[in-house]
Amino acid sequence: MSENSTATVGDAPSASPTRGPRRPSPRGAPTATIARRHRLSRLDVRLSPYLYVLPFFLVFAVIGLYPLLYTGYLSFFSWPRFGADHGPWIGWANYSHVLHDPVFHKALWNTIGIFLLSSVPQIAVATVVAALLDTTLRGRTWWRMSVLLPFVVAPAAAALIFGALFADKSGLVNQILSGIGLPEISWHSNRPASWLAIATMVNYRWTGYNALIVLAAMQAIPRDLYEAAAIDGASRVKQFFHVTLPSIRPTMIFVIVTSTIGGLQIFTEPRLFDTNLQHQGGANYEYQTLTMYVFNTANSSTDPYPRAAAAAWILFLIIVAFALVNFVVTRAVQRRSHT
Amino acid sequence: MTRRPGFLVYGLLAAFFVGSAFPLYWSFVIGSVTRQRSIQTPPPLVPGGHFLENAGRVFDRIDFWSALANSVIVSGISALSVVLFATLAGYSFAKLRFRGADALMVFVILTLAVPTQLALIPLLKEFSNLGLTGTHAAVILPWLVTAFGVFFMRQYLVDAIPDELIDAARVDGCSMIRTFWTVAVPAARPAMAILGLFTFMQVWTDFMWPLLVLQGSDVQTLQTALDQLKIAPGQGTSDMALLQAGTILATVPLLLLFIATGRQLVAGIMQGAVKG
Repeated sequence: MSENSTATVGDAPSASPTRGPRRPSPRGAPTATIARRHRLSRLDVRLSPYLYVLPFFLVFAVIGLYPLLYTGYLSFFSWPRFGADHGPWIGWANYSHVLHDPVFHKALWNTIGIFLLSSVPQIAVATVVAALLDTTLRGRTWWRMSVLLPFVVAPAAAALIFGALFADKSGLVNQILSGIGLPEISWHSNRPASWLAIATMVNYRWTGYNALIVLAAMQAIPRDLYEAAAIDGASRVKQFFHVTLPSIRPTMIFVIVTSTIGGLQIFTEPRLFDTNLQHQGGANYEYQTLTMYVFNTANSSTDPYPRAAAAAWILFLIIVAFALVNFVVTRAVQRRSHT
Repeated sequence: MTRRPGFLVYGLLAAFFVGSAFPLYWSFVIGSVTRQRSIQTPPPLVPGGHFLENAGRVFDRIDFWSALANSVIVSGISALSVVLFATLAGYSFAKLRFRGADALMVFVILTLAVPTQLALIPLLKEFSNLGLTGTHAAVILPWLVTAFGVFFMRQYLVDAIPDELIDAARVDGCSMIRTFWTVAVPAARPAMAILGLFTFMQVWTDFMWPLLVLQGSDVQTLQTALDQLKIAPGQGTSDMALLQAGTILATVPLLLLFIATGRQLVAGIMQGAVKG
């Protein structure tokens, strides 16, 4: 890969071998050889840094940037199903189709519902678990590993396990509910219930992981801050709110923004939660998410690719908006609690 | 907080652990009873003796061993590739001075926030035009080097290598790449191991991309094989014993890896966080 790329880097502005070697040393010797070696070495110094970072940018261009831009381009054309290439420019028609599609609206609310049910409790519990781990535990390493255990359960596996736990008939959760005299819940056809089941899978896998990230931030807090607070008579709970939380602000922002970006793209869990093979996220789209919508649109009958592309860009903008709002709000809230 | 944990702290952490382990345990229980027993009331709560029988049915239905081999191949190659290219790039960003370095690094971090998943449809078309769909290469290509890897190695190497060591190697006449191999790589080794492990797990558990790019081909990973198990003809989803046996079989390799390397994984996650 790096061999092919030499030419590209050669065009980089700073690579100007013409400035060439320093004056050959007056003491003579085979000046030509030394000069050439010198020149090569300078080239080496100038080009190597670019060569080393090039693979990343090449891969990103191929698998990130190009598809994203092409998706944007495509979203303004028509492209009949099974057509060899895209048809004429149709302006915003694909966007307007998506925005007026009732299924899109359902998917939007499903996504937001699942996202809120997964991110909010997840981050809250992760912070508490981190605080529990941020003590002089016996068997510290073991406890830290224990919270990470669910991370080995791949999303596909977690979806199959929780799909069975939350099965409408004979699922363990419903058996327990009826065992203690409560009504059973139709986890696959009751909309909020299906969100809760799917959010549970996400929380299962990521809470411990996020707890470790928050724990790392907590451990970087100077211990004398706590001592000072304790001397001032602050209780443990008070210390948590007035010392710990303000100190881990940057990490909290990081965790919240990444969970926003990941959470709004949720796909694997709802897809595998589905018990029928249409993959539409429930008989009545109860838990079809936006990413599922993008993929289902790509298999639909009219202009599948351009409409999916438009939906993908709408989702992209929603994610950016959510991430920004989260970033600003978290910063503002935490700043206030700091003072 | 004052640092002496009481009974409550241990109790809460133990409860969290039980909650974490229970779904796996229960999956094994269901995977080890007969199909009839798996849907009876009261629900089975202790393992039965039919796991091997259920596993046999899994093997009949999907090509488990080739899926396992494929998962090992794509995850292993991706991990090696990410480690190599991310270490090179991270070293360059951390230790070499070149014009535009800061701007390029900011760009790398920004790409972390780009939901590239959304652009998978044109990417899929691109791959199918190149005749790559249904191959290992198609699964590996997006994982050749990751923004997270570059960022992680840069953060690690900034402090891990003293500049004097690089200068000394250069004065001794080492070329740039030789300096990288003799100075940077030995210093980067612990972080390389963690990054490799982490990438291996990421690729192993990935579902959406292999699902799309391997659709309808003989090459499947463990995750997509689970999807096939679910939609196996004539079975429906009512055969919980079969599904859970498959889930357990697909999870055991990663569980073993976790038991062997969990300590490093914990350290890696925490390290990536602090410095970020």
